[in-house]
Amino acid sequence: MSTHFQEDEILGKAYDARLMRRLLRYLRPYRRAVTVSIVLLLLAAAADLAGPYFVKVAIDHYIQVRDMGGVAVLSALYLGTVIVGAAVRYWQNYITQLVGQQVMYELRMEVFTHLQRLAVAFFAGNPVGRLMTRITNDVDTLYEMVTSGVVTVFGDVFLLVGVVAAMVWLDWRLALVAFSVVPALVALTSWFQARSRESYRAIRIRIARINAYLNENLMGMSIVQLFNRERANAARFDDLNRDHLTAHLEAVWSFALFYPAVGFLGAVATALLIWYGGGQVVQHAVTLGVLIAFIQYTERFFRPIQDLAEKYNILQAAMASSERIFRVLDEPVTVEDPSDPAPLPRVRGQIEFRNVWFAYPAIEPAGREDAGPPGEARSAPGRGEPPVPAGTDGWVLRGVSFAIRPGESVAFVGHTGAGKTSIINLITRFYDPQRGQVLVDGVDIRRYAQRDLRRHIGLVLQDVFLFSGTVASNIRLGNREISDDEIRRAAQFVNAHRFIEELPDRYATSVVERGATLSSGQRQLIAFARAISHNPEILLVLDEATSSVDTETELLIQEALQNVLRGRTSIIIAHRLSTIQNVDRILVLHKGRIVEEGTHRELLARGGIYTKLYQLQYRDQELRQTADMSGDRATDARSE
Amino acid sequence: MSPRLRSYLRRHARSYAIGLLLGTASAVLLMLGPHVLRLAVDAIAAGASPFFLLRYAGALIGLNLAVWILRYYMRMHILGISRVIEYEIRNDYFAHLQRMHVGFFQHTRIGDLMTRAVSDLSTVQRFIGPGIMHFTSTVVMAAIAVGFMLTIDLTLTLYMLVILPLVSLTFVVLGPLIHGQYESVQEQFSVISAHAQENFSGIRVIKAFAQEPHEAEAFAAHNREYIRRNLAVVKTEGALWPLMSFFLGLAAVVLLWQGGQAVIAGRITLGQFVQFIGYLGQLSWPMVALGWVVNLMQRGLASMKRLDEIFLQHPRIVDAPDAQTLPAPRGEIEFRGLGFSYNGVPVLLGVDLRVPAGTTLAIVGPTGSGKTTLVSLIPRLFESTTGSVLVDGLDVRRYRMTDLRRCIGMVPQDTFMFSAPLSENIAYGLEAPEPDPVRVREAAELAHLAVDVAGFPNGYDTMVGERGVTLSGGQKQRAAIARAIARDPRILILDDALSSVDTSTEEEILRELRAISGTRTTIIISHRISTVRHADQIVVLDKGRIVQRGTHDTLLAAGGLYADLYQKQLLEEELEAADLDTPV
Repeated sequence: MSTHFQEDEILGKAYDARLMRRLLRYLRPYRRAVTVSIVLLLLAAAADLAGPYFVKVAIDHYIQVRDMGGVAVLSALYLGTVIVGAAVRYWQNYITQLVGQQVMYELRMEVFTHLQRLAVAFFAGNPVGRLMTRITNDVDTLYEMVTSGVVTVFGDVFLLVGVVAAMVWLDWRLALVAFSVVPALVALTSWFQARSRESYRAIRIRIARINAYLNENLMGMSIVQLFNRERANAARFDDLNRDHLTAHLEAVWSFALFYPAVGFLGAVATALLIWYGGGQVVQHAVTLGVLIAFIQYTERFFRPIQDLAEKYNILQAAMASSERIFRVLDEPVTVEDPSDPAPLPRVRGQIEFRNVWFAYPAIEPAGREDAGPPGEARSAPGRGEPPVPAGTDGWVLRGVSFAIRPGESVAFVGHTGAGKTSIINLITRFYDPQRGQVLVDGVDIRRYAQRDLRRHIGLVLQDVFLFSGTVASNIRLGNREISDDEIRRAAQFVNAHRFIEELPDRYATSVVERGATLSSGQRQLIAFARAISHNPEILLVLDEATSSVDTETELLIQEALQNVLRGRTSIIIAHRLSTIQNVDRILVLHKGRIVEEGTHRELLARGGIYTKLYQLQYRDQELRQTADMSGDRATDARSE
Repeated sequence: MSPRLRSYLRRHARSYAIGLLLGTASAVLLMLGPHVLRLAVDAIAAGASPFFLLRYAGALIGLNLAVWILRYYMRMHILGISRVIEYEIRNDYFAHLQRMHVGFFQHTRIGDLMTRAVSDLSTVQRFIGPGIMHFTSTVVMAAIAVGFMLTIDLTLTLYMLVILPLVSLTFVVLGPLIHGQYESVQEQFSVISAHAQENFSGIRVIKAFAQEPHEAEAFAAHNREYIRRNLAVVKTEGALWPLMSFFLGLAAVVLLWQGGQAVIAGRITLGQFVQFIGYLGQLSWPMVALGWVVNLMQRGLASMKRLDEIFLQHPRIVDAPDAQTLPAPRGEIEFRGLGFSYNGVPVLLGVDLRVPAGTTLAIVGPTGSGKTTLVSLIPRLFESTTGSVLVDGLDVRRYRMTDLRRCIGMVPQDTFMFSAPLSENIAYGLEAPEPDPVRVREAAELAHLAVDVAGFPNGYDTMVGERGVTLSGGQKQRAAIARAIARDPRILILDDALSSVDTSTEEEILRELRAISGTRTTIIISHRISTVRHADQIVVLDKGRIVQRGTHDTLLAAGGLYADLYQKQLLEEELEAADLDTPV
């Protein structure tokens, strides 16, 4: 959606030397193409200017001396110029666009790869919609502005300079006469430019208000209707709409004055030429051909000026877009790889937390002032945790220490907000802790390269994310080393093979709409297959309560989970009774601390927090089994 | 053309007529210019005095002064009116949307509705403004020019008549081709957007599986395809202007060749030759524009069709023709054999329930059991599929909707606030032009919001909503409660409206609401036992049916869902209270 109409973005500068220099850097590799393009642009302008000159030569040298053949030869030459001009113009455009496309490609890839390096925290603080606008619309806007806007500005300038040069060269006195209207033209144009900048701004601001109002009222329509606000809101909308109309009518007014006025000034110049130039012709100081050529040049002189006046707004928008793009590119990478990473070819799977204190960083969203429309931000799912200010109160983990042996399976249990998910976020280095250390195989994970570390970790998230593609590509992800056979075996291992075989195209079945056609249980099984096919030494599973899984699938999941845990260092954020009963050890997190530890049986016998949690979560499951929740989604959708 | 658009145009027919008349007059005068030029050139060739030439110079200036004035008024009329029509359509569109039933907004994307209100409408405006203006003025200018040309020389005119339309035709022929290619570019653009969106949304998975390089590679592939398609457009679209300028050049060449020879042959004067060149100059831009204008018109009509799609949808929930007023509601509510299905999925089944006026009903039940749907049927946000909802013994469908809704204060789960001062948000349902400060304050105090407001820099004038201060979840809920009770409604509906408010504040709010609600009927949906335990009547909803009903005590004694919920909450409270320093 390209409806980003925040008011701030409208008020930028039209030219910013710093931004321009940075933009020009992208053109450097294409210096030759750019040079060729400029030369062609010059040629095109020259071809444009040839017409009146041919007319002049024809009148002075052939028509007036009645040389029929000469006229024919001259016409043929003129035809040649026209053809060359058209060809030159075509190629000039093609080369420009080619360069533009390449630069756009590079810029977009640069933004994308930079975003890939940014920490998860950045994504938690920036709505997906806004990031998408940067990488899609802003880059495209910039491209369009540069190729069509800036290049036509150049073309117009060349044409203008060419016309002036041609006139001065033909007859400087006549040129002075023709240029006598230029001061008036400059005054008129600068008046118009100021007006049109003002109206452009006013219009953009007002349409932004209309957008915001519309968006808000469409989203809150049930409140509007419940509180009988229709009439009052229609009046308010009418106000906004009328403001917008007024701004437009003002723009219409300045355009209505400006355009015909330019034509009028052109006529004044022509009239002056007829009066003064005509006299000169009669006195044989100037040929008739020159006078007629002048009349035609005068016409061409006004068109580029008229054009240039309008280009200002385009430049302004291009600057705003590039500024926003650069702001993303300048976003610092907070979770960085060490300069000299420790090698990690194989992992035994020993994990240790040493007095870890962690709070989610407070996030200053990048480029908040140019946020997308409110609706965009709202509809973007809030991935990850909300940013919590890092103060003493924001601690999610408060001095957590534990050690997990290679091959051991450990479950973390705790009430909502106890800090379970943070454990996983720290081991994968989605975040770095503020104090303490996380170690894998006895080495602080900040000493590994992130990709090396993660290569050995299999992650199953509770909210299974499926990419568009096929079932197989969702298991393999980008890893080409995983063969089809291995995918099948992984799927068999986690009980996913059977349902996949029943899909229309089996493993080649397309996943559409993030897997909306699959049940949540099936998605879960695919996530297991995905994790296991990458054969990680460490497995992290976020197994939060999954509602709406039918009993049969639930049994398959439980079995799959037991299969994948066997013989692997595993950490499970467990909500399944069967899981907590089967792991080697349970750690109980409460308010950011580990408060209890032991096996299911030991902990139950103790009658502490775990016992309460157990009752609470066990009851949850029992309730779920008695009350099959299918068919509830419709109500959910409506009530939210 | 869309009948709706035609009716807007008809309403402003006078302005259009005047505008077009002015345009025609200006075209005639403009086309006299080359004629004056011809007279001047012939006079110069004949050796006229500068003084004699002054009359032509004067005529040229006079003509163009008139053109300036005429064109100014033409633009003000036609372009101005097109903006006025845009304004009218946008107002009507908004009013229409406000009449639509709430269900409509759930299966229509808001972004799409907005695109129609903004970009489609502006495409329509370009059609009815610049489109109509340029089209008529080009046609008129061409016709007059041809008339003048014919008086000079038939052969030359015929040449022009053959070549010049090619300029416009270029656009007409290539336009659709470019349009098709452009669509394929847009498709690929969507692929890129979708990929970016997927990547950013699934960034955890991508990072966890170290997929960044593969993702970048896939993204690069999409981008290369995008470039390829873009360049295809460039190849076609890039031919547009060179081709048009080629045809214009060709016309000039032919004119030079044939016209020059005609002058030599004495068929026409040099002045007439210059006059021809003048017409070519005057017509070249309009000829280029004509193709563009034809395209503009096609797009304008397509956009109008998209607007009509929305205009032609009818609101499903409307007042009955003989709808009754509800001047003094008592507040008795009854559900009779109520059933509701959403997209064919049953959400409520055979609900029978009576809430006597002035009593409190509490509804509990698991997520998705139909609680919200049930209460949404009272103010007719939705319409029951079977059975009926009665207020004061009469089916809600028989009341005037404004009257019915006026006596209901609803606090929905989603506590939506508008970008306006807090006072306006609280007074939202008062149907008064200005918020009444006394009522706003009373409502805020009752909802326990007044203390928070005292801490806001601008008090009740503080802006809230998307662009204002960010209220906490609890503040939002209390503001929504204040908004509902500010209307002093006979029926108050709290749909999980206190979930983010701490329990002690909740208790106080509920107690005060009970104290003043001698005659107010209250419906409370909640997951918290503490919220519902004092209700006169409690029902447990499960899968769209009432599975239990009674009071707190009878339900606890009976066991089942309610008792389970109670047990669970006791556990939660114990956990919450559990000391951090529980020995390990």
